[in-house]
Amino acid sequence: MIATNALQVRYGDTIAVHDLDLELAAGRIYGLLGRNGAGKTSLLSTLAGFRKPSAGTVTLDGRPVFETLESTSRICLIGDDGAVGDGTDRLRDILDMAATLRPGFDTGYAAHLMDRFALDRKKTLGALSRGQRSAFGVVAGLASRAALTMFDEAHLGMDAPTRQLFADELLADYGAHPRTFLLSTHLIEEQSPLFEQVLILHEGRLLWRGDVDDLRSRGIAVTGPASVVDDFVYGLTVLAERALGPTKQVTLYGDLDDEHRKLAARYGLELGPVALQDLFIHLTGGVP
Amino acid sequence: MFDDRSPIYRQIADQIKDDVFRGLLAAGAQVMSTNQYAAYYRINPATAAKAFQQLVDEGVLYKRRGVGMFVHDGAQQRLREQRRERFFAQVLEPMAAEARELGIPVADVVARIHQLIPGDDR
Repeated sequence: MIATNALQVRYGDTIAVHDLDLELAAGRIYGLLGRNGAGKTSLLSTLAGFRKPSAGTVTLDGRPVFETLESTSRICLIGDDGAVGDGTDRLRDILDMAATLRPGFDTGYAAHLMDRFALDRKKTLGALSRGQRSAFGVVAGLASRAALTMFDEAHLGMDAPTRQLFADELLADYGAHPRTFLLSTHLIEEQSPLFEQVLILHEGRLLWRGDVDDLRSRGIAVTGPASVVDDFVYGLTVLAERALGPTKQVTLYGDLDDEHRKLAARYGLELGPVALQDLFIHLTGGVP
Repeated sequence: MFDDRSPIYRQIADQIKDDVFRGLLAAGAQVMSTNQYAAYYRINPATAAKAFQQLVDEGVLYKRRGVGMFVHDGAQQRLREQRRERFFAQVLEPMAAEARELGIPVADVVARIHQLIPGDDR
């Protein structure tokens, strides 16, 4: 549905997104992962048509996005500042405005979400706490029912119960009205079960794309006596190493063949899973 | 709710198999929809769909187009056979290896098994 071709986003000398070719299918939930400064926000705002590509193209079902109302009316991006209006605007006025501007906006659903997130329609945007502002962004984003709905860290400042509520409402509405979601997040372990696929952006490039289980299955932790572990991992892709006295743990990336699995069993090495977050940290360059 | 030892879809498939094996889901019973699974576990519906597909491939569930997923006749029996086949490799062999490593005499192990499963002295 949305596609980029050799997309570049540049700010002066700084290149935020490099030659990106990306295609997202209709009716799926995608996760966008990346460290701070990886280019997530630049990518999202260019996909939304807020920013003109420095080079390359962004198209929605074949039509350009930037300055093209047929496209932008079908795209909704809620930024990580949750600023869906001015600080002095009342929430109900912001929702009324969204209802006039967006053809698919569902006023009744917005009212339901306002109740669920315990938001007061009479309050101004500026009077909300950080978590409430994020919750209001979720209300505006979900109720837009836009064909492509993107949240840049939708959960910023939300407490754990509110994040669960967000997941519940997202899944319920996605089930009833399938559409494409792209959600950026730093809460990798918590949010990843929501995604059909994840995209990992690193230094402006797409580092990895695929389903979460597939990524998870590529990380293997090998633990055992240091010299045995060293022999075992020779020639394999090592992401990280840690030692505790005579014991060593090495994080491997990639599929481990049956021969290696048998070897591990024979030498008494322990093979275990790697947390998705650890895998992400190692793939994007390790702990600074 | 899930451990990170195996993919979520496989954990869901295993839970459904357990339910079928224990008779909580009887032959012909309808399984909850992918959206219901997604809501309950807070997961992407495609992950639940993947679990269902695995169970269809294994002959535990079958699909009635436009209606949903149902438990196959004979699925319980098949799962029982599957688990019996795996019992020695997955349960007994690791136990025997551990007993050997610890130097526990076979007679002690056998005696304890007789205690745990009384009335079967063949």
